[in-house]
Amino acid sequence: MSKRAKPAAPAPETAAPATAAPAAETAVPAAELVAVRLTKRPLLTESGVGTAPPPPDSGDGASVNITIDGRPVQAKAGQWIIQAADDVGVYIPRFCYHPRMKPVGMCRMCLVEVEGPRGSSLMPACYNAVSEGMEIKTASEKATKAQEGVLEFLLVNHPLDCPVCDKGGECPLQDQTLAYGPGESRFVEEKRHWEKPIPISDLVYLDRERCIQCGRCVRFADEVAGDALIDFAQRGDQTEVATFPGEPYSSYFSGNVVQICPVGALTAKPYRFKARPWDLDQVESTCTTCSVGCRAALQSSSGELTRLIGVDSDPVNWGWLCDKGRFAYASSTSPSRIAVPMVRRGDELVEASWADALSAAAAGLEAARNAGGGSSIGIIGGARLSNEDAYVWAKVARTVLGTDNVDAQLGDGLPAETVLGLPRATIDQTASAPLVITLGPDIKDELAVLYLRLRHAVRENGTQLIELTPAPTGLSPYAAETLIYRPGEAATLAAAIASGAPVTGDVAGVAYGTVEAVRAHVDRSAKMARPGAPSIVVILGRPSLAESDDQIAAAARILADLPGVAFLPALRRGNVNGALDLGLAPGVLPGRVGLEQGRAWYEHHWGADLPEQRGLDTAGMLTAAARGHIGALVLVGADPIADFPDSNVALKGLLGSRFLVAVDTHITESVRRADVILPAAAWSERRGTFTNIEGRISWLSQLVTDHGVAWPDWMIASELAARLGVDLGYSSLEDIWDEVTRLSPLHAGAGYDLISGQQARDGVMVPLVGAGAESRSPRPLDPMADPGIASAELHKLSPTALLVAAVAMEPEANGNGARSGSAGDLASGGERPTSATAGPVAEDREAALPPPAKPARLGLPAVPPPSANAPSAPREGSLRLVSRRTLWDGGTQVQAVAALADLHPEPAVRVHPSVLAGLGVAHGESVRVTSAKGSLTLPAVADGAIPPGTAVLPWNLPGARAADLIDSSSPATEVRVESAASDGGDGHG
Amino acid sequence: MLPAAEKVITRNWGKPDSWTLEAYRKSGGYQSLEKALGMSPQAVTDEVKKSNLRGRGGAGFPTGLKWSFVPKDSPKPKYLAVNADESEPGTFKDRYILENDPHMLLEGIAIAAFALGVHTAYIYARGEFKFPTQRLQGAVDEAYQAGFFGPSMLGKGFALDVYVVRGAGAYICGEETGMLESLEGKKGWPRLKPPFPAVVGLFGSPTVVNNVETLASVPAILEHGAAWYAKLGTEKSGGTKLICLSGSVKRPGVFEISMRTTVRQLIEDERYGQGMPAGRKVKAVIPGGSSAPVLAANELDVELEFEALKKVDNMAGSGGVIVMDDTTCMVRSLWRVIRFYAEESCGQCTPCREGGGWLEKILERIERGQGRESDLDLLMDVCDNISPGVAWPPAQTTICVLGPSMPPAVAAGIQMFRDEYLTHVREGRCPFPPDRLLLRLARV
Repeated sequence: MSKRAKPAAPAPETAAPATAAPAAETAVPAAELVAVRLTKRPLLTESGVGTAPPPPDSGDGASVNITIDGRPVQAKAGQWIIQAADDVGVYIPRFCYHPRMKPVGMCRMCLVEVEGPRGSSLMPACYNAVSEGMEIKTASEKATKAQEGVLEFLLVNHPLDCPVCDKGGECPLQDQTLAYGPGESRFVEEKRHWEKPIPISDLVYLDRERCIQCGRCVRFADEVAGDALIDFAQRGDQTEVATFPGEPYSSYFSGNVVQICPVGALTAKPYRFKARPWDLDQVESTCTTCSVGCRAALQSSSGELTRLIGVDSDPVNWGWLCDKGRFAYASSTSPSRIAVPMVRRGDELVEASWADALSAAAAGLEAARNAGGGSSIGIIGGARLSNEDAYVWAKVARTVLGTDNVDAQLGDGLPAETVLGLPRATIDQTASAPLVITLGPDIKDELAVLYLRLRHAVRENGTQLIELTPAPTGLSPYAAETLIYRPGEAATLAAAIASGAPVTGDVAGVAYGTVEAVRAHVDRSAKMARPGAPSIVVILGRPSLAESDDQIAAAARILADLPGVAFLPALRRGNVNGALDLGLAPGVLPGRVGLEQGRAWYEHHWGADLPEQRGLDTAGMLTAAARGHIGALVLVGADPIADFPDSNVALKGLLGSRFLVAVDTHITESVRRADVILPAAAWSERRGTFTNIEGRISWLSQLVTDHGVAWPDWMIASELAARLGVDLGYSSLEDIWDEVTRLSPLHAGAGYDLISGQQARDGVMVPLVGAGAESRSPRPLDPMADPGIASAELHKLSPTALLVAAVAMEPEANGNGARSGSAGDLASGGERPTSATAGPVAEDREAALPPPAKPARLGLPAVPPPSANAPSAPREGSLRLVSRRTLWDGGTQVQAVAALADLHPEPAVRVHPSVLAGLGVAHGESVRVTSAKGSLTLPAVADGAIPPGTAVLPWNLPGARAADLIDSSSPATEVRVESAASDGGDGHG
Repeated sequence: MLPAAEKVITRNWGKPDSWTLEAYRKSGGYQSLEKALGMSPQAVTDEVKKSNLRGRGGAGFPTGLKWSFVPKDSPKPKYLAVNADESEPGTFKDRYILENDPHMLLEGIAIAAFALGVHTAYIYARGEFKFPTQRLQGAVDEAYQAGFFGPSMLGKGFALDVYVVRGAGAYICGEETGMLESLEGKKGWPRLKPPFPAVVGLFGSPTVVNNVETLASVPAILEHGAAWYAKLGTEKSGGTKLICLSGSVKRPGVFEISMRTTVRQLIEDERYGQGMPAGRKVKAVIPGGSSAPVLAANELDVELEFEALKKVDNMAGSGGVIVMDDTTCMVRSLWRVIRFYAEESCGQCTPCREGGGWLEKILERIERGQGRESDLDLLMDVCDNISPGVAWPPAQTTICVLGPSMPPAVAAGIQMFRDEYLTHVREGRCPFPPDRLLLRLARV
């Protein structure tokens, strides 16, 4: 077999689709045979991406005629040679080039021979653009000699310690040396030596001996993430990647440099020496750590999760992950994981069988229903669920338990009816809008990868960013204007921006000149309106947990009247958007339908009466429970004590509920208080679909088996329903999703065939537009940009396709478990047997009545009365509290992963320097922060960017829970800050 | 017959306090500037074009042409960056200008700035130039006081600020885009080209980068006219040239010569090198800085001029002529040269970063008597991989020309002194007396 196994022949357009069986002709050259064999059996579950044709010519750019290796092709004008070659399936070797970063031309691996007017010359393909008539030779004698030369140079100082290197087996340096390198090195001298791996951050090790100075990591840190904390030091062959003295590479995105390193120089602590690439099983799935919905490849070895790698989804994450998303998978095997069902016997929780636990839960719920009716039962939580789980719980609540008291948000989001009724924008539309206004959390901390997209939009697309926020955020350095309003007064500020009335004096603490500047931005953007795309996008979420949500909802409604506006919800928790879309909110039925608008439709199809009254949200349920009005609460992946803004209310609510069921993956403060605990399958242990902030539905894949005896949530809900006398008739996810697409006006047409087919990587947007989904095909991955991901698509272009295929990838040797195709996984699924065998109860009703019309989705909410529930003027000497989440905090998932548990910042309250001066307290000294609800003692930090009337305290840090201070009934929590030294107080009051 | 050399650049050298404004004005200094300010900027550029002045930094690019590349209607500010990062081994002429006649440079800067519409000029001086920079800064201060620099040049309303910046000791910062990076406060890594500095240069703005000697030549062009200057030189290259003569000659130093002067004349003539030390003969000469290939003893009748040297596949470069006599070990001297480049490689491009270090290690091995005959072919092939064909101008195997500067020197050394290399290999030792300093300095 030829050493130079360049798979130029099987270009994407000639490759057979994964689902079709190509005829095996004996005349096909060996290279094509292997490629066909590989595409026939996609290594990547669910996606079918091996069939993706190259992205179609966008049409707006001119094209030029070139030849590549003698083949005439059309390329987009201005494209780099390497991109044009990729598009037609000709692979040019590369190291420093990465499709998501600007070219630097450092490694010189991509040298090709180009015939030009002045004769032939060698050029790097990564930063020379194609031009009309260009003749490109990627494998000529000249090009081959240059490529071999560069590879020999790269190995001069490379230690070749492949047998002990984590990258061995998925290493672009190995692969390309095999395919493009000289057979052996002529270097006989001593190699450069460095101290073997040194930590450059809490999560990343650097082995400088293996480094080939491609600069991918350095460029990512600076260009993509904006954390220029690593750079090259020294020069010549002593060049090394280094951190600055005393400053570790502390970045929320550090794992990405490990992912894109083309050698084993950067390794992630949690993965080091855990597995060899050829032993890994893999599925492609969607990260649910927050609601951005980053595509990722999840990998395991011997049934143990080992790694998560970002997969390049063009409309979403561009291949990047935040470190929380990347490393949080390990939480599913933490000691705090719930392994078996438990039932309370007196003061003790004892292990129980599923049958006993379900019976106990059903008995408790039935007792509550009998005693107080359905409205005395509440269901809190749902963001952890898949769409299918959420739908089943929403249906069980309304039809079996008879309650509309359901809420996937824990008082930490926004009113569902407001969010669901607003016009929506996609992430791409946001990133290409002339103006983006944020009214929500610190996006860098809560929706970290969205921060990367926004930062890119501001720096590269000319997007203007306006922040409406009670305190500076991680995006503030990129904002055209950061309007820091007084907590609780967002609606006043929004009204001033939206109205044309003259502004005099400050508005909600914001100087009038700034407000007028924002108006000018709005006017300018309105003039730049483009058909079919919003000219202003508002990213809407909860700016602070210490101010109430109704002011934000009012502000959002005001901003909805701006010309050409659309909204991108920044509700951050996992699949919260899916849960709301599928009816896990009071007054909302599946498909963003109001309770009354959808009553007839769903009563007809569900075959049951729906609750008469609009139900309570989480705050309402907890308050009612504290007053003794709630007979049973079901916590579905919810920990109100930690996550509800007011821990006082949460605790009293849980104590006040006469019966408490918890369906969860981990033991939490709230779960500990339950009467029955039902263990739920974690993210990596079940299948389903996920809805991200845009309304994009994508696949969640199962890779490992359930921990202990945990079940998927939909099964738990179905079994509970069965024990309460209702057989829902679901025996698989397909049953559920068929019903969703049939009934929900939002999900019509979005069947599994669409979600798991061509669109798997990018998901499908609901509601579907036009004939189907977005028409574009997923962007093909670059095999050397995405090392470590096993996929047919990558192997098709991979330089070692032939060699690797021949040695290690005999189809039969690889047919086990998770790597098998999507169709099989979807069909078999490994479902548990359920007792549901009878037909749906609904059938009778459906037959008896004429079918009602399909309900319309929620529209714009009514405009709230001005200044409803606005806070009164601050009291003398008090500050308004701002509390927001940080990426690393005391949250259950973060604390369940040893590598992440200690990354959170030290608790401290940030105030304006004048506040500390007034107290006579120095920066860093302790203060006592007291509210009507409680008191905390912690260090004070002087920060000139925070207004003098505001105090900022991160949410839920170990040792300092802001929830202990917050009064959820007040529009804005006020606190007093005093020196802790003066009275010797010890804090908690 | 040896042509007479006009003193253009060196005319004030050796006069009392030649570096002061007072001395410079006594010899007619800054009158060219006044003359230029009476002309249109385009006329000044045209005059420089007609003078056939070519860049003295090494590449010999026509200066007037370079000036005309700067976009006339750029909304961005334009900059002039003066390259005083003179670091090539064997080259030390700009240093003499800075020390002996800094005002001649400053007048050239003022004229160039006026011609280009530049209001800010930076002089980037080599980090090791502590004393020359002091002299230069003194002169800049004097020029401000005298009204040549500042908000209104000679009261004519043209604003010019001139800043002196000292580097931190990196040869690569003499590469024009490396220098621009360094001026911006970054690591001196050369940039991808295009775009070229004339379009996207300092702080993303159009920038002209000129060498010290180049700009110091401008006042004389304005004073005596382009025709006079052009006539001093050859058909394609106007003016005189500063040569830095070093190595095995009786009188090393900086000399202003006619470009019609041959290497042999430079070594032998009483006005210049005054011949070899007693008993020594020329073995080889590097004619244009350390990256130029060596000339053998029988090749010395070539003129020290861009085109003439190009014809014999050599280069005039930055004017550093290094004479090696018959006691010089050619392996050791090449090792010394390559060690410099390997050490000064910025580390960006693989061929230069790894190839340079590898060449150095092979040469060191041969010099220490551990060479193999196959090493000669290996050296040549490594060179070919750094710069395919060992041709000039080099292919785009590297971002800048530092890497491709190595192969010509290596190739010439091996081809011309193959026997000496083989002697090292066969005898397992260097046949020349040891050079303790060099061996101690070896990086490995």
